[in-house]
Amino acid sequence: MKSLNIAVLSGKGGAGKTMVAVNFAALANQAVYADCDIEEPDGYLFFLPEIVESTPVIVKVPEINVDQCTGCRKCVDFCRFHALGLIRGKAVSFPEICHSCGGCVLVCQNGSITEKPRIIGVVEEGNRDNIRILSGFLTPGEESGVPIIRAIIRKFRPKESLRILDCPPGCSCPVTESVSHADYCILVTEPTTFGRDNLQMVHELIRLLGKPIGVILNKSVDGYDPSEEYCLRENLRILGKIPYDEELALISSQGKIAVRGSSRWRTLFSAIFQSVLEEAYRETALDSQR
Amino acid sequence: MKRLLILSGKGGTGKTTVAGAFIFLAQAQSYADCDVDAPNLHLLVHPKDKPNTEPFLGMPKYEIDSEICRGCGRCFSICRFDAIRTKDDRFEIVCERCEGCAACTLVCPEKAIFSSLEPTGELHLHLSPAFFSTARLRPGSGNSGLMVTRVKERLREASQSEMEILDGSPGIGCPVIASMSGTDLILAVTEPSLSGLYDLSRILKTAEGFRIPVIVCLNKANVNPGLASQIDAFCEKIGIPMVGHIPFDPNVVRLTNAGQSVVEEDCPSGNAIRVLFPKVMTYLKTVGNEVKNDYSSSFE
Repeated sequence: MKSLNIAVLSGKGGAGKTMVAVNFAALANQAVYADCDIEEPDGYLFFLPEIVESTPVIVKVPEINVDQCTGCRKCVDFCRFHALGLIRGKAVSFPEICHSCGGCVLVCQNGSITEKPRIIGVVEEGNRDNIRILSGFLTPGEESGVPIIRAIIRKFRPKESLRILDCPPGCSCPVTESVSHADYCILVTEPTTFGRDNLQMVHELIRLLGKPIGVILNKSVDGYDPSEEYCLRENLRILGKIPYDEELALISSQGKIAVRGSSRWRTLFSAIFQSVLEEAYRETALDSQR
Repeated sequence: MKRLLILSGKGGTGKTTVAGAFIFLAQAQSYADCDVDAPNLHLLVHPKDKPNTEPFLGMPKYEIDSEICRGCGRCFSICRFDAIRTKDDRFEIVCERCEGCAACTLVCPEKAIFSSLEPTGELHLHLSPAFFSTARLRPGSGNSGLMVTRVKERLREASQSEMEILDGSPGIGCPVIASMSGTDLILAVTEPSLSGLYDLSRILKTAEGFRIPVIVCLNKANVNPGLASQIDAFCEKIGIPMVGHIPFDPNVVRLTNAGQSVVEEDCPSGNAIRVLFPKVMTYLKTVGNEVKNDYSSSFE
């Protein structure tokens, strides 16, 4: 059976991605929860997994053999990221801004540049109940977490039937990287103009990547909902509504999983999760027919 | 000139709500939205003019000319970003995955790979009623850090104001780091949740690496009083000033959707921000000076 990867996104931060993702993972019989929000990963706080493996994420950065370097500047002029400079006639590298493309090694004509490993974060793998939890942590001060997301994806195993990818906010490269591995996307939003504008941006991104989409309206209150209005206008499928509720806010703030504590939340999340699965399987089946 | 940056680590804690309120209270003449891939500040500050707009050119991407390509696949083997795929018996570059490193151009024996520079977003500068620099990244584009730097540069080029208020983005990665450079003081807005506390500690670590002083305020404080006191205790323990609590207030959603700042009305959240605002201004005046002196002495 093919695995189903469901990405949970929002554009705006704090709309409820992690709350939705952890509750869905808890409802599934067996699931992988992958926390791709590597700048601020919070999902593991809910599961408190037993860690079975912790793998450093390593990128390659240039190392310059100063004795061999002739100061020809070829690497400095080539590097598009300005991660190399020339000081006192010798090349020096600035590993913090290096993108690890390997171009400098290729362009150096006398083999003065080799590559050395540099750790930019860690991927932790753990278990809790029937859930396999993968979390990526970018080291504070590092710029790009994309290699950490790739390291999480490499931890996927064949025959895992359902994976839930908790994505970063926004719509730039870490989001693109996470979503490119998804079969179906859930956009979580809130009833504000902020939520709506950011929903629109992430909607544009998913359309560009050609993935099927459904929306969950979170923190729903009576009255005007700009996000709902946007969904209706854009013909976006609304998978369900989660009301704004003080009890739910309190449960989540404590790092607890709502569906485990009360039948009220179990019933509500189960109904939405069911429609997510139905939609996702229907859309991916359609996809394979196309 | 003093520059105040509002950050949070965790998203949705209320950065833009606080930024909008401060701009109103300070009658700020100069401010920017550095959250380029999810900008919202324009929904609160109501610029009156048509902005001065320029395209944002990030980094060049690369394209393979299929007429010249002979399908040797060297570019495919060299690319570290999985940005090259086969198409019929030729190769092509997937634009969204291309980092623009140009390594492929070094190995192509046919010289079939060319750079192409397309705008990946727009920069907007408003002049009325105040200097307001903002931007919108084209969804899926990279270089958000570079774009933040441009947003800040455009504001500085236009305005001679003594104070700038910058609304930042969530996370700790490149756009946040780009927003930090040249900042005198960071106000971290957090919330009483385990996620809020944990993310606060990560943004503090990031700021520490760049030696920028941080003060903290706690939004939605009454949602979880236990965690609120835990965050107070955490800040006290590590010596980071907590400048105030803002209560959860249903008026925030209503006022935000009406395009109004919470300090434009008599409501619990607005009143709390009115109390903590002067404290932040005092920190900005004093803490900024010490830091500037530190840096200048280290260069002498």
